[in-house]
Amino acid sequence: MLTESLWWIVLGCGAATLVWRVLGVVVVKRIDTRGEFFQWITCVSYAMVAGLVLRMILLPESELANVSLPFRVAALGIAFCAYYLCRRRLVAGVLAGGSSLTAMVHWFA
Amino acid sequence: MVSGNPEVMRKALYDALSLPAFILLFTMMGFGSLAHGAGFGADMAALATVFIWGLPGQLAMVELSATGQGLVAIVFACSLANARFLPMVVSFVPAMSSGRTNLCAMLLDAQLLSINSWAMCLRQFPEIEPRFRRRYYLTFASSILLAAVAGTLMGYHGAVLLPASMLLGLIFISPLFFALVLAAVPGRAERLSMLIGCATIPIAHVLLPSIDLLITGIIGGSLGFAAGKFRPKRHAD
Repeated sequence: MLTESLWWIVLGCGAATLVWRVLGVVVVKRIDTRGEFFQWITCVSYAMVAGLVLRMILLPESELANVSLPFRVAALGIAFCAYYLCRRRLVAGVLAGGSSLTAMVHWFA
Repeated sequence: MVSGNPEVMRKALYDALSLPAFILLFTMMGFGSLAHGAGFGADMAALATVFIWGLPGQLAMVELSATGQGLVAIVFACSLANARFLPMVVSFVPAMSSGRTNLCAMLLDAQLLSINSWAMCLRQFPEIEPRFRRRYYLTFASSILLAAVAGTLMGYHGAVLLPASMLLGLIFISPLFFALVLAAVPGRAERLSMLIGCATIPIAHVLLPSIDLLITGIIGGSLGFAAGKFRPKRHAD
C-alpha cells in the first residue's frame, strides 16, 4: 500500500478512537456521578472489559490461537492458585501463569 | 494512605515497573512486528501506539491493512474495537477529578486511559489520598506509554529473539494480569456485570464478531446493574 494512504489509516484510526474518549468526557460533564446512569455505565465498562479479557484467553486472535485451549485454561488456573497462595501478589500469579504456559508449549505441544 | 507528590510519583513508578511496563513492552513488541509485516513505517507504528493507545484497535488496523481493506473499513473496525473507551472514560475520569471541571485536563486523562492504568488505578486508589490520585494516574499512565512505544519500536526492528514457547508465555501475561485484577474488584453489581459479560462474550463473538464487546457490555452491564439494585433483604442488619 502507498505510504501516504498508510499515514491516513494511522491518523484515521487514531481519530476514530479519540471520538470515543471525547464522547466519554462529554458524558462525564453532563451527568451526576452519584446518579443511576453513572452506576449503569460503570457496570457496562466492567462487563466490556471482563468480556474482552475472557475473549483474549478463550478466543484469542493473536499467536495465542496456536496454543490449545486446555493449556490456556490450565495456565489461567495456575495463575489464580499462585496469586492466592502468595497473598494476592499480582507478580506471583502472572509469572506462574506465564511460565506454566511456556512450559506446557515447550514440552507437550 | 499514600500522600505527597514525591511519594505518590515514586509509588506510581514502582507500580508501573513492577509489572505493567513490562506487559506493555512485550505486547507492543507483538504489535510492532505485525505493523512491520503489514508495510507500515516505524514512525507510523510508534505514532499509532501513542495516538490510538488501545491494542484491540491497533491490531484491527494492522490486520485489516495487511489483507488490503479500504480506509473506511479499517477505520470503522478500529473504532468498534476501541468503543469500550466511552464507558471506561465515564466511569474512570470522575474518580480523580472530584470538583474539577477543567476540560483540557479531562481530555488528557481520557487520551492516556488504557485498560492497564484503569485496572491498576482501581486497585491502588483506595491507598492513595484523593487529591493525589490524578498525579499517580498521570505518572503511571505516561510511564507505561513510554514502555509501549519502546516495545513497538523493538518489535518493529525485530528485536524478538526469544524461543516461540517463551514468547507465547509473555503474550499470555497480559490477559492474566487483567483477570487477576478484575477478580479482586469489589461490589455486587460490578461483579455480576463481569460474570454475565463473561457468559455473553462467547455467544456474541460467534453471532456478531464485529460488535461482540458492545453487546457484551450492554447486556452484562444492564443485567448486573439491575441485579445489583434488587439485592436480597438482609436480616438483622
